[in-house]
Amino acid sequence: MDTLANAPRAPLLEVKDLRTYFFTRWGTGKAVDGVSFSLGESESLGLLGESGCGKSMTSLSILRLVPRPAGRIVGGQVLFRGRDLLRLSEEEMRQVRGRQIAMILQDPLSTLNPVFTIGDQVAEPLRVHRIVPRSGVRERVAKLLSLVRIPAPESRLKDYPHQFSGGMRQRVVGATAISAGPKVLIADEPTTSLDVTIQAQYLRLLKEIQRESNLSILYITHDLGTLARICDRVAVMYAGKIVEQLTVEALFERPAHPYTEALLQSVPRMDRKVHRFPSIEGSPPLVHALPPGCAFAPRCPRAQDICRREFPPVTKLDDGHSVACWLHAKDPHDSVPAGSQERP
Amino acid sequence: MTPSLLEARNVRKHFPVTKGLILGGNVGWVRAVDDVSFRIDAGETLGLVGESGCGKSTTARLVLLLEQPSDGQILYEGVNLKEMSGDDLRRYRGTVQAVFQDPQSSLNPRMRVGGIVGEPLEVNGGFPRGEVRERVAEVLHNVNLDPAFATLYPHEFSGGQRQRIALARALVTHSRLIVLDEPVASLDASIRSQIINLLKDLQDEHGLSYLLITHDLAVSRHLSHRVAVMYLGRIVEEGTADTLYAEPLHPYTKALIAAALPVRAGTPDDTVVAGEVPNPMNPPSGCRFHPRCPLAMARCAEEEPVLQEVAPERRVACHLF
Repeated sequence: MDTLANAPRAPLLEVKDLRTYFFTRWGTGKAVDGVSFSLGESESLGLLGESGCGKSMTSLSILRLVPRPAGRIVGGQVLFRGRDLLRLSEEEMRQVRGRQIAMILQDPLSTLNPVFTIGDQVAEPLRVHRIVPRSGVRERVAKLLSLVRIPAPESRLKDYPHQFSGGMRQRVVGATAISAGPKVLIADEPTTSLDVTIQAQYLRLLKEIQRESNLSILYITHDLGTLARICDRVAVMYAGKIVEQLTVEALFERPAHPYTEALLQSVPRMDRKVHRFPSIEGSPPLVHALPPGCAFAPRCPRAQDICRREFPPVTKLDDGHSVACWLHAKDPHDSVPAGSQERP
Repeated sequence: MTPSLLEARNVRKHFPVTKGLILGGNVGWVRAVDDVSFRIDAGETLGLVGESGCGKSTTARLVLLLEQPSDGQILYEGVNLKEMSGDDLRRYRGTVQAVFQDPQSSLNPRMRVGGIVGEPLEVNGGFPRGEVRERVAEVLHNVNLDPAFATLYPHEFSGGQRQRIALARALVTHSRLIVLDEPVASLDASIRSQIINLLKDLQDEHGLSYLLITHDLAVSRHLSHRVAVMYLGRIVEEGTADTLYAEPLHPYTKALIAAALPVRAGTPDDTVVAGEVPNPMNPPSGCRFHPRCPLAMARCAEEEPVLQEVAPERRVACHLF
């Protein structure tokens, strides 16, 4: 395997201290609250978290598609090849969407327009961004469809979405996303609406396409199984903040944050059976009413006094592994974190 | 031999496919459930797993009497549901309850929790009015909810709490069998494990039987005593959960398990099965899985394998065995 998780790769996309808030009658919801991460060339980063943790809002913020007027990006930077996307004009931003950064959403049935043919929809980014001359569009679309393993693509250009199966529809959405040759693909739970055997096929295809076209993937999910198949690194989100960043290997072997650990343990697995799940009591907080300090503290079995007062600083544990938790916060004079991690 | 709590014998459910509104004819049949047999004993969980369109939900609807079987029998404590009269049927409907996937849509948003949970008592009759409130408080307590919640509306609860309310409603009639149709699919990971634990506790305390309908093999592994795998309307393999997961026999079961297993970084996933589930209106000849099966032989396309016992408590429908 050529996982170069530790080798330095020029960050293609860098998100710095991103803040997206929702201003509603019930108060301010800090959906994304100081999120920072970077995505290297042809790397795949997973954004893992439960519903409402802000993972989807993070991805929508990158493309500046936050639902308005309630939602607003109030701070931070989204650097794509060094250029801050948050400062671009709407016209310039349109050149980025689809052309540089494309997106796949969860439900292919609602992504595809039921009254346009498959051929039209895959061709749209090609036409908008004038990728190929008008006469070459048809051929390119057929090629894209065969790339996503649609059998006899030429004969299916005039078909409508309802004539395709669920797995095929999601592959068509994938073809549309990569049609303008983007560098970054944001995939927001692309497999949740698919059956398990179809999921496995889809992830394998995504991996192949990534390899062939040097794509960087930001993969948004709540599912550890699919994440393990597609991602090199993972950022774990809870209540609008990234609480831990680490490689996929480290995620399964040595998670440091109590939330990550609990999440791993609470997932039903097939390779071992337990009588009772070590479940996390309570439920994730609402972003409108976050507790002071670490948002996980009320549910955390190892919470201390300081956790309820102050949000922990981000501590680097080892290469590519950082965590925001007081259990691991380093004393400035001491280089070994408290309760030190076992190194492999 | 005492009869099982519930037994299905060669049950079929075929839906006609029609064309046109008035003069249209019948153009074919969807064999949603095709010759399916299983049993559920008291205190036992049978997991019915499979992908969408395999007939698992139709099977659940047959057990809940929401559909009538086209052929075959469903027996409750040895009595055929078809032969039950009014009173017996009402009793059956009281003791066999359901919890559905999405508590958002299965709880009436305009009723208070107390009304929702108490409704089965009123519908099924014979329960003194004055004691409804008490019984509701009791079951809310059983599912670890505050009995004071009875005066609130469903929208005031989180997804996990709503699923507890749905479970309380299923328990209120002292039911013996609960059909769980994807009970945790809509819940978050950390909430999912709470509900799985609760389902197990309730089973232990009340001796409940579950018919668990799910596409999630891991969930079924933890809740089921026995598992039946369905593909295109048929059961292709059945066994105790421990043996079936430890040593799946049918190539389809193997593919399902391989597809769902969390693959650790670096593990090759060479077990991806090709193709998609065929149209149930026109299932493949012979073994219905043969077009996707990596081990298919000439015989598989011609002759449909029968579900046969290969070991005690272990049945499989495949020519390899």
